Amino acid sequence: MVETSDIRVVRCGGSKVNLTPPIISSDSRFVLCTSGDLVKVYSTRTEEWLHSLQGHTNQVTGITLNPANHLQVYSCSVDGTVKLWDFIDGILIKVQLVEVHETVEIFLSSGLCVSACPECFQLVSVHLPKSAEQEVEAKEMSAVSSHISKNPSCTAFGRGGEYIAFARHLQLNVYFFRKQKTYSFSLKATDKKGAKNAFTCIACHPTDDCIATGHEDGKIRLWRNFIHKKEYTYSTQHWHHNAVNTLCFTPEGTHLLSGGIESVLVQWQYGAGNRKEFLPRLGGSILHISASSDGQLFCTSHSDNKITVIESSFKVCGVIQGLVKDAVLTDLMIDPRSKALVLNGKPGHLQFYSLLRDKHLYNLDIVQQEYIYEAGLDQFEVVKAAFDIKGSWLATVEERGKKSSDLEFFLKLWAFDERTQSFVLNTTITAAHTDRIISMCFSSSEETTMLVTAAEDSQFKAWCQGADADTQQDQNFWSCDFVGSYHKLNPTNCSFSADSSLLAVSFQEVITIWSPDTWEMLTTLCQPPGVIRDLCFGRLSCSKYLLGTTTKNLLCCWNLLTCELEWSTSVDVSKLQPDPFSENVAAFSYQSKHTDLFVFKPSEPRPLFTNKNVCSEKVHRAVFVPREEPLNSCDESTQWLNRSQLYFLTQNMDLLTFSTATEEDRMLSSSKQLVIDDSVAVTPFYLLLGKHRQQQQKLNTQSHPVSDKPQQTQGSVTIKELLHTPAHVLPAASVLCSMFVNSFLISNTGVQQDPLSWLT
Amino acid sequence: MCLFCVPMPYIRCVVWIMSVWMWKSPEVLLYCRCSEGREPVFISDMASFKPTKVQFLPKLGEKVTEDTLYWKNYKSPVQIKEFGAVTKIDFSPLAPHNYAVTASTRIHVYGLHSQEPIRSFTRFRDTAYGGSFRGDGKLLVAGSEEGLIRLFDISGRVALRQFTGHSKAVHVTSFLSDGFRVVSGSDDLTFRVWDVPSAVELSSITEHTDYIRALAPSKLNPDLFVTGSYDHTVKVFDMRSGSSVMTMQHGHPVECVLLYPSEALLVSTGGRYVKIWDLLKGGQELVSLKNHHKTVTCACLSSVGNKLLTGSLDRHVKVYNSSYKVVHNFDCDASILSMAVAPDDEVVAVGMTNGVLSVRHRKHKKDKETLTSRRRRGPSYRVFVKGKNFVPRQDDFLVSKPVKQYLRKYDKQLKSFEVSKALDTALQTWTRTSKPEVTVAVIIELNRRGTLKNALAGRNEESLTKILNFLLKHIFDPRFSRPLLTVGDIVLDLYRQVLHQSPVVERQLQRLMEVLGREAELQQELLQVLGILDTLFASLTPRKEVAALAALPVDQGPQLQAA
Repeated sequence: MVETSDIRVVRCGGSKVNLTPPIISSDSRFVLCTSGDLVKVYSTRTEEWLHSLQGHTNQVTGITLNPANHLQVYSCSVDGTVKLWDFIDGILIKVQLVEVHETVEIFLSSGLCVSACPECFQLVSVHLPKSAEQEVEAKEMSAVSSHISKNPSCTAFGRGGEYIAFARHLQLNVYFFRKQKTYSFSLKATDKKGAKNAFTCIACHPTDDCIATGHEDGKIRLWRNFIHKKEYTYSTQHWHHNAVNTLCFTPEGTHLLSGGIESVLVQWQYGAGNRKEFLPRLGGSILHISASSDGQLFCTSHSDNKITVIESSFKVCGVIQGLVKDAVLTDLMIDPRSKALVLNGKPGHLQFYSLLRDKHLYNLDIVQQEYIYEAGLDQFEVVKAAFDIKGSWLATVEERGKKSSDLEFFLKLWAFDERTQSFVLNTTITAAHTDRIISMCFSSSEETTMLVTAAEDSQFKAWCQGADADTQQDQNFWSCDFVGSYHKLNPTNCSFSADSSLLAVSFQEVITIWSPDTWEMLTTLCQPPGVIRDLCFGRLSCSKYLLGTTTKNLLCCWNLLTCELEWSTSVDVSKLQPDPFSENVAAFSYQSKHTDLFVFKPSEPRPLFTNKNVCSEKVHRAVFVPREEPLNSCDESTQWLNRSQLYFLTQNMDLLTFSTATEEDRMLSSSKQLVIDDSVAVTPFYLLLGKHRQQQQKLNTQSHPVSDKPQQTQGSVTIKELLHTPAHVLPAASVLCSMFVNSFLISNTGVQQDPLSWLT
Repeated sequence: MCLFCVPMPYIRCVVWIMSVWMWKSPEVLLYCRCSEGREPVFISDMASFKPTKVQFLPKLGEKVTEDTLYWKNYKSPVQIKEFGAVTKIDFSPLAPHNYAVTASTRIHVYGLHSQEPIRSFTRFRDTAYGGSFRGDGKLLVAGSEEGLIRLFDISGRVALRQFTGHSKAVHVTSFLSDGFRVVSGSDDLTFRVWDVPSAVELSSITEHTDYIRALAPSKLNPDLFVTGSYDHTVKVFDMRSGSSVMTMQHGHPVECVLLYPSEALLVSTGGRYVKIWDLLKGGQELVSLKNHHKTVTCACLSSVGNKLLTGSLDRHVKVYNSSYKVVHNFDCDASILSMAVAPDDEVVAVGMTNGVLSVRHRKHKKDKETLTSRRRRGPSYRVFVKGKNFVPRQDDFLVSKPVKQYLRKYDKQLKSFEVSKALDTALQTWTRTSKPEVTVAVIIELNRRGTLKNALAGRNEESLTKILNFLLKHIFDPRFSRPLLTVGDIVLDLYRQVLHQSPVVERQLQRLMEVLGREAELQQELLQVLGILDTLFASLTPRKEVAALAALPVDQGPQLQAA
């Protein structure tokens, strides 16, 4: 076995952008949000990811603008640090270490930072010391409350930091910093009608003494006069039918925004009772709302890993979409055309995600029904999807009613439309099987496409693009070609060989091999103990092998020429994934609470590569992604990563991948090119003008200018600089013009004549 | 085709299909094509409401093909009453395409669009038979019950020639393709060839042993003709040799023979059978069709695409496609004796035993166009088009207006979560009766939203009656039965306490129960039939001997299905 030193597991893109409320810079040009251990900066206009603030070593849990300087942003992280950044240039200004047991959980503003540790959720105020050093330790802190809600939106600063309001269960507390005193107000556990009164979120009015609280039953209460313990008042408004997730006042305090699971942004007019505006169908349920300081833009973050930018006129003007991986039911797939990762996205959609650019490409609406945002409603979900080898067909299965007895499902086939560059629905099959479809695969030959579905009704069906002789229209929709079964056993998996001359369908413990041309059963293979779980054929030089894994911890390899078992080994394989570009097969096995990876060729039972303890959860989904340019590593242990990269999804929905040392070196070297000499302040102007001046100086100092050639090079240098500097940092054209023209002039090397001499 | 792949509610249809069309796959009813494949919704336009999707499920029964569309495109028939059974219809090959109708003691010549005869030949003492035109459409020959053959000029009234010689009734007469000779077949077992100019008998051949009732001259060769007789044979005669050159056994008394224009194929009808013979292969039988359930009396070819039409005593005219599958069916009031199709398929004329001539004219696009153009002349169209054909100039700044999404009424109500109202809208009389799939789609949508119970609750007797009527009508439609059974369950759950208060609702429920009981019985019977069929199939399948490699247990099931 090969020791693994230069291959390591890395978390790759697509982390959550909806964990904390996004913030909008005061000039409304940037949106900042946390994403894993980064803070990402997006443009509000173009929705482009501009850059990210790198430096934290663990999950960033909160960001806020520096109240003293609107070009700076504070961020806090689970690693116990608070960092101050210049977010436009992405420069780290200051690091403050906060010694709160282990971690900083929540972070708020106004010169003092309030944080909590995760065990008891204490609210602690920390004074950030003012010092010039880059790394400071903040020691001065005082506890405000020892029990607060886990939910960060249950804590809010009021009126420029005069007081802080926080709620837990049925109690609302207001702490005044100046008086150092806490007032608390509590509600009854249940109302008359049995409504749930627990607090879910809090927002404080920026100028008025008013606190808005959201409740689990969807009510919004506006609390006033809370300076007095007894004489407080509140008014109640009710529109949401489920818990209010978030509340936010606009900076002037004229409106209150609220959002919940319905995914409708509600704008209440402050002080005008029940007048409200709605913005429906924003996507997933609304988790956070934030407003820009001039009140022109709002930002909502949604449960489907998305940030929506909304104008104050209630118009959506931008969407920043991250990778959705909350409920992945389909396999991980690669779209053969765009090489994008395809998996479940928004409810009822498939998402296409570019792993290279870490960017969401688009959503394909599979279900094509109005999604009702309501808790506990059983709705259609895409459970299976498969691409054919050229990417011109997509088959999907959507399903509803898994829990209840009446299962509904549709098999849909989508054709790729060259003109619109997207998939268009071709055929809907309403009753493809009588029970749910377990496995589905396309044939791998390029000429004819065929889909095989295996279902729990103990049958498998082959679907072809049928040309019906009677109706002579130019239709090309799909119909059933063949129905097969074996001893009324339930099929468990199906797979086509690389040249699609063989189809393997596993029925419980037996694998049947069929010829798709004649639909004749050729042979059966069986290795008794355990139901077959995964099936795959070998590729290229190993195409005569068939691999299968059973539930009884057995990995078997059959030779199809002799119909005999070639080798078998005892591994509990949770996922078997063949590499489409090489002979290699990756097997994830789960043993004693950690997952191991084995990469092997079917022709030999010795693994090429082993990685023990890849992660601590089971791996059920993995995919090989082709590389844009192949690596040329000769090392035996990393050779299998030369042409493609292995991505896998753990049960905690973390998308992980393997990266090699050579790859990291390459990335490092490419980033080094950007680093310029640090001794001089480098600006684009310096690059353009400074060098030019240096050259001129050199030329001047040269006593004897050389022939014509240097001029040419000089000119080309100027042109090069001109062309290589980004347009937006170039100086004014008037400055450039003379220099540009000068660069073309051939400097006179001969004896200078007085130009006016011949006139006289 | 496989019987095992069909879910239980569909068994009924499967058996129905089997009876009609043995080798059609039942998947016919399982797939449907999305007529308007919607483009994927991108992030930018997600804020629009997605309307309820009405599932288009194909109806069971005949498939709509281009052939059916072509043959459906006839107006409703014009009925002309004749004096007796119409035994022969013949279209003139020349341009106005008048047609001669032989019935009783007369021959009427009709124009294509007239319902009154242009001309009639009435100088028959007894029943006339087999009036047919010459190739130039100027002469007409007809036989008669008394054995005389008369030749008429189309513009005259009196017979130009009379051929005497047959001793019994002459049922079939025809010109040979040179136009100078007439051939006739008679009940005295002979057929004779007559010379038109001199009115003398050229030859008389007795080869058939029973009445001759069918005759078809060759159009390409003036010496060839085909005869069919009640002695179950079809013979091809060559006048040059003076005897039959080919004999085919039809197996039933031959009523009609017909040659394809290429004269390579021959059609003979008799009994319930229509048989196609390949003359180039020496009279080999190509197909034998049994689509009628009474004697097939007549056959003809359409001039567009040479589609075969057959008429029978069972009152149906069937149209076959080129692979001899029935693509269309005309129904008539009485048993059919004769039939003819005008050139270009303009007219299909059918003569029946009750003396009615039914004439179908082809619909033309012109008629439709005049209708639509009249509609378009109104001002509304102009208003509608206003500004739409404006072409912007190059430097114009275009401000695009958002396209308004038009929603159906029930969709609007669903959008605002008014579930009861949406169900009411979907149950409106027009929708309920003419588009039940829309109603069912709304019911499915409500069920998906988990609000079907709310929508059904709190209804009065009138609206509950509506729902129950809808259930009664459609609960057995295999396309709708699943959601409608849910509706039935919920209605019973909701109104169990108050049902006895309304006699109307109670009666409807009683009926629903009866129908459901009957349906359950039927299902059970069908399952029994299925079991019988299973055993039949199993016994028919050749049992494969298990190969020497006994390790491979080969199941019978897949083989059966593969077959």
